[in-house]
Amino acid sequence: MFRAGLRTTFGLIVMDLSIASILMLDGATNGAIYALLGLATVLVFAITRVIFLPQGEFVAYGALTLALLQLGKVPGTVYLLLALALLAAVLEVMAAAKRGVPAQVALLRAGRLLAWPVAVWAVAHWAAPLKLPLFLQCLLTLAIVTPLGPLVYRLAYEKLADATVLVLLIVSVGVHFALTGLGLLFFGAEGFRNPSFWDARFSAGALMLSGQAVIIFMVSIALMLGLYLFFERTLRGKALRATAVNRLGARLMGISTSGAGRLSFGLAAFMGALSGLLIGPTTTLFYDSGFLIGLKGFVAAIFGGLASYPAAALGALFVGLLESFSSFYASAFKEVIVFTLILPVLLWRSFQHGHHDEEE
Amino acid sequence: MKYIGTVVAAALAASLTVASARADVTIGVSISLTGPTSALGIPTKNGIELWPKTIAGEKLNVIILGDATDPTVAVKNTRRFITEDKVDVIVGSVATPVAAAMSDVAAEGQTVQLMLSPGNLPEGKGFWSFRMPQSTAVMAIPIVDQWKRLGIKTYGFLGYADAYGEAWLTDLAPLAEKAGIKLVATERFARSDTSVTGQVVKLVSANPDTILVVASGSGAAMPHKGLVERGYARNKIYQTHGAASRDLIRVGGADVEGSYVVSGPAVVAGMLPDSNASKTLDVKYITEYEKAYGKGLANQFGAHAFDVVIVLEKAIPMALKKAKPGTKEFRAALKDALETMGRTPDSQGALNFTAADHFGYTPETGVMLTIAGGEWQVVPSK
Repeated sequence: MFRAGLRTTFGLIVMDLSIASILMLDGATNGAIYALLGLATVLVFAITRVIFLPQGEFVAYGALTLALLQLGKVPGTVYLLLALALLAAVLEVMAAAKRGVPAQVALLRAGRLLAWPVAVWAVAHWAAPLKLPLFLQCLLTLAIVTPLGPLVYRLAYEKLADATVLVLLIVSVGVHFALTGLGLLFFGAEGFRNPSFWDARFSAGALMLSGQAVIIFMVSIALMLGLYLFFERTLRGKALRATAVNRLGARLMGISTSGAGRLSFGLAAFMGALSGLLIGPTTTLFYDSGFLIGLKGFVAAIFGGLASYPAAALGALFVGLLESFSSFYASAFKEVIVFTLILPVLLWRSFQHGHHDEEE
Repeated sequence: MKYIGTVVAAALAASLTVASARADVTIGVSISLTGPTSALGIPTKNGIELWPKTIAGEKLNVIILGDATDPTVAVKNTRRFITEDKVDVIVGSVATPVAAAMSDVAAEGQTVQLMLSPGNLPEGKGFWSFRMPQSTAVMAIPIVDQWKRLGIKTYGFLGYADAYGEAWLTDLAPLAEKAGIKLVATERFARSDTSVTGQVVKLVSANPDTILVVASGSGAAMPHKGLVERGYARNKIYQTHGAASRDLIRVGGADVEGSYVVSGPAVVAGMLPDSNASKTLDVKYITEYEKAYGKGLANQFGAHAFDVVIVLEKAIPMALKKAKPGTKEFRAALKDALETMGRTPDSQGALNFTAADHFGYTPETGVMLTIAGGEWQVVPSK
């Protein structure tokens, strides 16, 4: 058997290929999730200049909403969706009244905002006690959590769309605390673990690949491919890219920047909820677990300089592997190692690109 | 109209003076209602809400503040209790590092602190802090006893990288050494970690005879499942009293069947032998808690809140003989009362605080449990 010896500060530790491969697999599985979150972070930042720290909260919401549906209860996220939609509708009507838009049109807009949340609320109440098959419950979870993205954008960020990045970051911190607190209210303090989507186990020697890991890889790759095609081939995607390149120019070309913002938040919420569904079976998730996961996705996004998607995905893989190997070698310092990594990367990136003022 | 300001100010001052002239006992509680240890704090709060309205004829005035598992917030709460609210007793916190931070401020303010977590404090500190849960040293005794009986020679450690994990590591070491059991691998992880694959791989490859998992609440399930996934036998895994709650069984599922958990007697009241001093109190606690909150929800943490009342019901009458509540002398008298009140059975065992020992539980307190069919079962100790 091929043996590789590595000399570390703690002496010579001979690392078997089998242990290395187990750690690499674990690192890659986590890296796939961080890649999704990193991509979502880069996406949101490129289009709206918001550093979306609450990305991790959507992960937790997705996983825990499914967990509550599994127990046959109506998840609190449905009520959050309804409350946010109501608030947005009221604000919309007030803004329309101020602008002198006819009442009918204003009410129509408000109705359009409320249509989906009310439908989802009705379906959730009907479906929750029935304990539908896992796949349908996953779809319901996505239907509940995804619309939270555009609503959060509309209520927290849209009016500040032209503010500086720092102000938007502070708003993000506020949104994070609000969502975390609401998470404690909806899901309670204890953790949940969802059932695995695919119970198969594939072994190759000491290496054991679970069906869930296979699903994580396949979904991540499919989603990345899907995003790529969306941005390259569809009109909406190209409009989003245009907004990312130059907001004013895009507006002049008739692309609604607020529409672009809402779509990007919707995509981020979708990717967050999907990530939550994927990692739910592999670990116990609490109402506050999302933050740390989202933060590691943010580290991955920093790798890409908050601009490049392939670099963010690669960065995520690197963060996952680093985490896995450092938890083996120096488990007490794992978090220290992963987050200290940001410093040299930021240094390297800023030397590479120099410093230029933001043009807006 | 000219004097309305003065009148309002006078009325306000009058009401405030009325509020501060108290003949009741004020208790300040700082527990984690949010944050990683909220799973321990929320059941504690449930237990506190079942407290009686009076103790020894004095009305109980309870102030509950959340500290979000953050030592800085807890210190702020404690200072406020001492300077603004002039409490007679401080209760808290449920998380070891947070309670340890509070102990310094409590000592400064010369107010008794009843800690709800088994924190080890440095030498020369903690004169005013009394622990309600058993110390890790006392709970380590049944574990080491069982290991000796089973002929175990080596053990591994997988625990939190914070004060709780550290307490177990340091308190278990001398007991295990004396029994001739060697520690072959130590791995740590953070409360908020989502996977411990690296640590598990390293532990399992060292192949110890048993592994002790040191974690609390439902967070104890994740490392446990990680070990079982790697092929480690379930009946070789031991958990601590921080994990003695239904959530371990709920999240762990089939992976925790056959594993061992050391616990205080409260969790398995009905199964205790009648000779156990705590049995009647445990049954009383469980009946009260389940009547208020639902069947099967009684746990270790609400029991600590229950114990605070037992302890105060004995100590407050002793202190009342010396001073009135709300005064410095009363607080000092309470401390003396706690240290001299002698053997006090409560839901967790028999407490016996002395001036030198503020942990108080006797060595036979811990009960070794195993999980069978999704339920707790007492492991006979002979």
